[in-house]
Amino acid sequence: MSVIEVNKLTKYYGKSRGILDVSFKVEEGEIFGFIGPNGAGKSTTIRLLLSLIYPSSGSAAVFGKDCIQFGPEIRQEIGYLPSEVFYYEGMKVLDLLKYSGSFYKKDTTKRMYELAEIMELDLKRRIDDLSYGNKKKVGIVQGLLHQPRLLLLDEPTSGLDPLMQRKFFDLVQEENKRGATVFFSSHILGEVQKLCSRVAIIKDGSIIEVQDIATLRKDNYKKISVTAEGLDEKYFAIDGVSNLQKENGSFNFFYKGNINTLTRLISQKDMADVTIEEPTLEEIFMHYYE
Amino acid sequence: MNIYLHEFKANFKSVITWSLSLAALILLFMTMFSAFAQDAEVLNQAMANFPPELLAAFGISNVDFSTVLGFFSFIFFFCQLCLAIQASNYGFGLVSVEERDLTAEFLLAKPISRTRIMTSKFLAALTGLVITNAVVWASSFAFINAFRGERPYDAGTLSLLLASILLFQLFFFTVGILISLLVKRVRSVTPYSMGLSFGMYVLSAFSGMLGDVKLELITPFKHFDPNYIVLNDAFDMSKVWISVAAIVVSVAGSYYLYQKRNIPAPV
Repeated sequence: MSVIEVNKLTKYYGKSRGILDVSFKVEEGEIFGFIGPNGAGKSTTIRLLLSLIYPSSGSAAVFGKDCIQFGPEIRQEIGYLPSEVFYYEGMKVLDLLKYSGSFYKKDTTKRMYELAEIMELDLKRRIDDLSYGNKKKVGIVQGLLHQPRLLLLDEPTSGLDPLMQRKFFDLVQEENKRGATVFFSSHILGEVQKLCSRVAIIKDGSIIEVQDIATLRKDNYKKISVTAEGLDEKYFAIDGVSNLQKENGSFNFFYKGNINTLTRLISQKDMADVTIEEPTLEEIFMHYYE
Repeated sequence: MNIYLHEFKANFKSVITWSLSLAALILLFMTMFSAFAQDAEVLNQAMANFPPELLAAFGISNVDFSTVLGFFSFIFFFCQLCLAIQASNYGFGLVSVEERDLTAEFLLAKPISRTRIMTSKFLAALTGLVITNAVVWASSFAFINAFRGERPYDAGTLSLLLASILLFQLFFFTVGILISLLVKRVRSVTPYSMGLSFGMYVLSAFSGMLGDVKLELITPFKHFDPNYIVLNDAFDMSKVWISVAAIVVSVAGSYYLYQKRNIPAPV
């Protein structure tokens, strides 16, 4: 059974586009990446799954049940972490988490304290005294305390320092091992690659591709920049090089293929500087447009 | 139950502030009663010289300041204005505050139906209004008895007048909810609640001045005119039903609209 099944889901906000004809499935137990630039429709999709908003057409089902008709029932087993967290100011962290836990049938107290300890969250402080990163931690604890079967994470790492990001990823993987399915939306390719088994790529409201991470990585371009004396365009006229551009005496291009071929080629010249990077998401998307 | 308690706690300070302010208002006016009543003859004469339109605008055309309830119906009008603002505040804020502060995202992702959210919030705010109501009842009886001197009053008529508060507030409360769900986003509650309360008051004042019957039909200041209730020892039932109808329509409409509402995203 698919945990999430989205079928030709379309959402318009008035006349402006939210998402168009989005269809995909997320299977039980997988960590599914949902990747796209800002405004592509990632949050819209998640908010539709939660029935925070209603679709213009199409349908979505979670645990095999329609999102709208069985909303309260399926949300019993969903943990949601929004990209921007907002809570009742003036409440203490502990009170908020207890309030959050009071909506679920399970007893959430024990897990709440465990999670707060892992995330190093001070439960006695007031919400309005918290920094953005700390509010995000409250969001994480709040989203996980009822040990949901499905996690909807909407750009969960923004605002967290690298150490906390790592702890958070560990937590997500732990939940996944326990059997939770994870829907992970992000605009950072790196973190999705680290965690997910499959990804859907969304751009301008439409799914461009759903792929295994392994395939995506194999197909992946590298972004290369070299600086050296006496180079010209012809030197890099080998298979796999594209978008060659000269800029301030250095050459920038994308390369796809055996990396050894390229490094040998580079080592034959006396280089002043070389960088090999992962392309940014936008650059990957450009590849999808070609 | 958890939402109800959360909402009630969040609202509690405001309920207490409004209740105490209203009690203080009644106390302040009632301390002036004996002075008014003593010079009632002069006052009534002076008022007779004012243009009747002006008196009508303030709803004091037939007020006899020498009687306890005559005077009280005059000050009750100011209480009504406060009660209208309080009820409108709660109505306009009921669901819009969560959307403005973006906590709706938290609440609506929980495993509960929107109908239950609405009902819990509605009952929590209603509890607040009932508390204010009780305080106004208690302080009206207490301060009238403390300052009326030897002058008599009919407790039954006073009870009738005070009983009008609940329906009067429900009108502003429910219409407030409905309007807040008809607009896309309420950025600030105060302009809306002031607009509704004073708007209805101004309509009532105009209808008094112009003697225009049609305007009376939509404003609860006329449906529950304290002057009318005191003079006739009865509600103006045909008008009260208009308020009741507006309340029923607003509640039904609010549930319907909230069920279908797209919760605005944080931008």
